[in-house]
Amino acid sequence: MSLLSTHKLKKIFNGVSAVNGVSLSFEPGKITSVIGPNGCGKTTMINLITGMMPFDDGNITIGEHTKIDNMPAYDVATYGITRTFQQPRLFEQMTVLDNILVVLTERNVFKSLFERHDKYHIDIAEKILRRVDIFEKKDNLAVNLSYGQRKLLEIARVIAMGERTDGESHILFFDEPFAGLFPEMVKLVSSILKELRDEGKAVVLVEHNMDLIRELSDHVYVLDAGEHLAEGTAKDVFSNRGVIEAYLGD
Amino acid sequence: MDYVIHLLILIGIFSILGLSLNLVVGYTGLLSITQAAFYGIGAYTTAILMRALGMNFFLSMLIGIVATIVISSIIGTVLSKFKDDYYALGSFGFNIIIYSVMLNWQGLTRGPLGLPGIGRPELFGLILSENGAFLILVIILTVFVFLLSQAITRSSFGRVLMAIREDEKVIQVFGYRTHSYKLLIFIVSAGMASIAGSLFASYITFIDPSSFVLMESIFILAIIILGGLANNKGAVLGAIIMILLPEALRFVGFPTEIAAQMRQVVYGVLLIILMIYRPQGVMGNYKL
Ligand SMILES: Nc1ncnc2c1ncn2[C@@H]1O[C@H](COP(=O)(O)OP(=O)(O)OP(=O)(O)O)[C@@H](O)[C@H]1O
Ligand SMILES: [Mg+2]
Repeated sequence: MSLLSTHKLKKIFNGVSAVNGVSLSFEPGKITSVIGPNGCGKTTMINLITGMMPFDDGNITIGEHTKIDNMPAYDVATYGITRTFQQPRLFEQMTVLDNILVVLTERNVFKSLFERHDKYHIDIAEKILRRVDIFEKKDNLAVNLSYGQRKLLEIARVIAMGERTDGESHILFFDEPFAGLFPEMVKLVSSILKELRDEGKAVVLVEHNMDLIRELSDHVYVLDAGEHLAEGTAKDVFSNRGVIEAYLGD
Repeated sequence: MDYVIHLLILIGIFSILGLSLNLVVGYTGLLSITQAAFYGIGAYTTAILMRALGMNFFLSMLIGIVATIVISSIIGTVLSKFKDDYYALGSFGFNIIIYSVMLNWQGLTRGPLGLPGIGRPELFGLILSENGAFLILVIILTVFVFLLSQAITRSSFGRVLMAIREDEKVIQVFGYRTHSYKLLIFIVSAGMASIAGSLFASYITFIDPSSFVLMESIFILAIIILGGLANNKGAVLGAIIMILLPEALRFVGFPTEIAAQMRQVVYGVLLIILMIYRPQGVMGNYKL
């Protein structure tokens, strides 16, 4: 059963369809990849689903029939949906540790006034920073991290969302998490994605590296120019003539 | 000695103003230039209630806070529609509106003539007419505002404010309704400024609209930019520098009138030097 699905989703920028009637479905305990040439609408798709921008037509459904169409981002988050950003968007003038703590803490405005970052939250945050191997940087400002470390902090925030005690996220979008990482970090991140999948999360991976797609994907969607081009296992789609042409023609 | 006490009282009042504005500008990243309006509402409420009804200072101060909370929640709601430069311009519009009301609602404020003869605080039959006693009250309230600011900025709420400052859209994606945070901190900040206003009115015993002009909001902004954005101690340090600097100029030997005129120039030059060499202020944690 799908945890989240889109139905004929459509987004038009200045008369041009960036996403044109795309239907996707994401299942728990699976890594679903969304691939396609540059500019085919992958990031836009994530922006629409996470409530970062309104869309023009179609539906987004949680589970069987909970519609979350054009809901503000902070409400979408309450349905357990979260994401990384392709170009990291960190809280730059805050420490690495604070970047994680802010994800873990109380969402109620008044309760948050009386909440301190107690040991409980710090322990979780530090464990996550160790997991993505940037623990030594915890007291640095995010702005001072290297590009690879920034990507890792993006991933750490999503892991943190998945560990929140009051409403953990279980639908996780990763927008090109491997781009710019050293090989050993690529290994680390792919093992994290597998672990998240094994924990039962619906993991969504946007990625250009075909070897990684083959290694990680349970299901692959191929988009081209905002449209659904193909889907299936990695093996299926990479032998699909239309898909090969879309990539070669790019 | 009286001169020193006078300066300390002013430092206390402006520390409260700096601390209050720092919550909005330094921590939340909202460039608000209307703090003098809330300072003025506190001052006028105290002045009017004490003069007309002979009300106790402390009660008038509480009513001033309530009035400021009501007005700032309206202003804050309107301002929440704006972003960045437009926010700054909008906020400055409100300062001008409130100033005009002080100037033109003559039945209540006596306009440019101002309100003289405002009383001093009275506590258990003890009137704080001595400046030394008044200073103690100022210190107590300054410490109170400082501790409140520390409590807010060190809470989970405070961390969300900083995240809003850094990237509001992203912190929304992580599930925070940012407008509630922005509105609440704006109101708390205004309420604090109103305390400073009540103190000022009762200390000087005379107020007129000229103390609450736009330039005064910019002066408060300069305090925190100088002392340090997103740092509560920095706000106090900024107030100390901004109050003592013109006095220092006089001691160096400038005649009083020239020292007064030099004040603006020195503030301006100081701010420019700071922006070039240390944009986060002397002890700040955030660069504009
Ligand atoms: N905010 C925006 N305003 C206008 N056009 C946009 C906006 N965001 C995306 N687009 C356009 O929509 C199309 C899809 O862009 P999108 O970023 O979703 O592609 P992508 O598949 O993520 O590409 P890449 O692989 O390069 O990250 C592109 O033509 C892009 O220029
Ligand atoms: Mg993209």
